[in-house]
Amino acid sequence: MDWIDLGLIALRVLVVFGMLQVVTILLVWFERKIVADMQNRIGPDRAGPWGILQTLADGVKLLFKEQVTPRKVELGLYLAAPVLAVVPAFLMFMVIPFGRPVRINLAGEDRLIPLQGADLNVGLLYVLAMSSIAVYAVVLAGWSSGSKYPLLGGVRATAQAISYEAAMGLSLVPVILFTGSVRLSEIVAYQSGSLTFLGRSFDFLPAWNLFILAPSFLIFFIAAVAETNRAPFDLVEAEQEIVGGFHTEYSGLRFALFFLAEYINIFTMSALAVTLFLGGWSGPTWDDSLPLLVSAVLPTVWFLAKVTLFLFLYVWLRATLPRLRYDQLMNLGWKRLIPASLGWLFLIGGALAVRQFGLPWG
Amino acid sequence: MVEMVVFILMGAVALAGALGVVMARNPVYGAMGLMATLFALAVFYVVHLAHFVAVVQVIVYAGAVITLFLFVIMFVGVDRAESLTEKLSLQRPAALIILVGVVVLTGALVVTDRFDWVISTAEPAQVVGSIEEIGENLISVGSSDVRQASRWLLPFEATSLLLVVAAVGAISLAFYRPRRSEEETGTSDSDTGSNR
Repeated sequence: MDWIDLGLIALRVLVVFGMLQVVTILLVWFERKIVADMQNRIGPDRAGPWGILQTLADGVKLLFKEQVTPRKVELGLYLAAPVLAVVPAFLMFMVIPFGRPVRINLAGEDRLIPLQGADLNVGLLYVLAMSSIAVYAVVLAGWSSGSKYPLLGGVRATAQAISYEAAMGLSLVPVILFTGSVRLSEIVAYQSGSLTFLGRSFDFLPAWNLFILAPSFLIFFIAAVAETNRAPFDLVEAEQEIVGGFHTEYSGLRFALFFLAEYINIFTMSALAVTLFLGGWSGPTWDDSLPLLVSAVLPTVWFLAKVTLFLFLYVWLRATLPRLRYDQLMNLGWKRLIPASLGWLFLIGGALAVRQFGLPWG
Repeated sequence: MVEMVVFILMGAVALAGALGVVMARNPVYGAMGLMATLFALAVFYVVHLAHFVAVVQVIVYAGAVITLFLFVIMFVGVDRAESLTEKLSLQRPAALIILVGVVVLTGALVVTDRFDWVISTAEPAQVVGSIEEIGENLISVGSSDVRQASRWLLPFEATSLLLVVAAVGAISLAFYRPRRSEEETGTSDSDTGSNR
């Protein structure tokens, strides 16, 4: 561990930090354009080519707006809540690998630089821990605003987060059992190459977990949409019922922070889905025939392409599905998703036991 | 060096959070103080390279337990009109006695430098890998060196005692009714249920 190592770590963290902000700017525009298309509108088209700078303009506007502080707020927590929303959102992405490790010769020494903030040996659990911390922002914002609609939003958020965290955690256990690791880089490495299932090889399919653990993937994706409070699970900020939910009393930059956190979370959840089920950055790189630089960047391109697919899914869901009623939400979480993921977990556990120890009567 | 700085910073956070739990007038701030303390403990685990324990600490305590606390506080609420005078008159003297006892005992340990009273100063067994090894290190009495084998037995049992005390306290608090309200409402034994 010398200064170059420390500098590289700082550089990686900065890169992730910057990437998430750029991604947010593009993602908001992406969503507005897609939703506009689906609703037969034009959408933002004034700022920059195809309105791509619209989010930037909105962000600058929010920066300069007055930050209204209502009289009945609990000031300390009211100010802390937006920060609490943004910090876990940034931290969560730090462990997700977004490209193939790069080998660079620095100061006469070959260094293998993993393209991720930190390669933790408990990566997946860390992501779950951070996503459970993220709930606090919503809860505290709702409570500290001293107003009824935010409070209702906050209570809904707590209930929803607790319910769907359970389903999400359970849906990820088969992935851990199957790949035998919670280190995200190892989970990605496990999914490289082509699929072998029940001793038969399917050369035309990549070895993604998606093909074998499809039920897990479905449960995970539904729970992820609920965790990020997105339509059709956006009861937390249901405009027709509780105005804006937990962020009703926030304006200006404080509101912008909540907004930023929400979109970063969408991106992180999509990236996590890609990492766990779609092989992360793995994809053909043609190392022999392409120039070195191109084949080094290609994995990141694959990763971003897969993530964009998920982002589109998110937007598509929002544009097409009506919001669930509260009891439907709870029923779906507790009576469908959790039993389903438990049953699937039993199946996978049994299958793995048979694979390892053979049939009990054999 | 880095460990020292982190320890001092996070130690301050942990203590401040713990004080907040006891002193905060508003239960939401109390819950947040508890979370700060638990989070600081998680950072300590990370400093000791116990990433797994740290992450589990955050998932279980910060993620689930405190969220439930907040949920209950926000739903049930603590009425501001509710009197906050103490109903357990012996609580403060008892706490004081226990505090003095703990300080004296810890001080005695430090002064006499006899840490082998609570933990063995022997080197721990080689790298602990399997679950069997962890269990053996924790509570086994089968090993030849008795002190080595029961190295973590006392802290382990003390923790479980703490949990039992907390559980009993929670139950007794839930069943505790001030005598006054019983006279005012004139409830009979039958509808207050099993608390007598």
